[in-house]
Amino acid sequence: MDNIVEIRGLTKRYDRKEALKNIDLSIEKGKVVGILGPNGSGKTTLIKLLMGLLHPNKGEIKIDGESPGIHTKSVISYLPDRNALYGWMTVKDAIQMFQDFYQDFDLGKSEELLKFMKLDKDMKISNMSKGMKEKLNLAMVLSRRAKVYILDEPIAGVDPVARDQILDAIIDNYKEDSAMIITTHLVRDMENIFDQVVFLGDGEIILSGEAENLREEKNMQIDDLYKEIFG
Amino acid sequence: MNFDSGLPIYMQIVEIIKARIVTGTLERGEKLPSVRDMATELKVNPNTIQRSYGELEREHIVFTQRGMGTFVTEDESVLKSLKATMAREKMISFMVDMEQLGYTRDELPGILEEMIVEGK
Repeated sequence: MDNIVEIRGLTKRYDRKEALKNIDLSIEKGKVVGILGPNGSGKTTLIKLLMGLLHPNKGEIKIDGESPGIHTKSVISYLPDRNALYGWMTVKDAIQMFQDFYQDFDLGKSEELLKFMKLDKDMKISNMSKGMKEKLNLAMVLSRRAKVYILDEPIAGVDPVARDQILDAIIDNYKEDSAMIITTHLVRDMENIFDQVVFLGDGEIILSGEAENLREEKNMQIDDLYKEIFG
Repeated sequence: MNFDSGLPIYMQIVEIIKARIVTGTLERGEKLPSVRDMATELKVNPNTIQRSYGELEREHIVFTQRGMGTFVTEDESVLKSLKATMAREKMISFMVDMEQLGYTRDELPGILEEMIVEGK
């Protein structure tokens, strides 16, 4: 089996509230998986568990064969849902920080991505628009040669031009030997890049499968299906 | 690009490529864009393009040469029948639309004739 991520019976409670209930999910290498659901559906909790930032109450997670910890952190490249870089930094500083932090950081790749995103290396992060910050964060995350990329709401709140650049960067950086997990509620804009989709609602998987099979079976696009499920 | 119908995206891309071949945008024997370039152009997952190319290959409309890429067939008869099939589909959908507007099939040749004369 070439599953890079294996989740079995995963349950997470905050006090009495169940944020995730008995989640099963397998992700193969080379696949792009969309985790779809409205705010509060459990997407961020799932990601925090994958990142090892939270501990499950029940069930298990295996990433590259291991439970979340030092090894899994080294193979996951994570784009948080908000800017993770300091305002005083320039683009150059951000590159330096990523190079210091991550052994798998590919400097050549980062130059290529920054050029593609049209980001000036001397620009200060505090002077950037939301779209520019998102592009910079994504460029850093995609410049790592990771086994799993986790992108949390990569296009939320960015302008259409930046959104297209972000989508192009994701497609261009698709790798057969790694997996991508992308959360979004902007299904229309992103559905064409998913191999597999998972509809998450109230902490449970309502529906999951190959995107193309679901389109064929339900005779509608994933966005229409999303509206039917959550509308 | 937005894919609006209920069809899987790979099938919609198959139709796009067939249209490019029939209209001559892609010529007989021409190399198709690489899977990656096509994925970027249409903003879809490369696996989807791979599947579209696979389907076109199954229908003998394209062929793959190892390490070289995917090419439009050289076989004129395949291209002719592709064109005929697409024309037929267009005619059927035209006829269905006209029937929905309340015309009978018998009226269609007359209407077409008039249109053609007007267009000249």
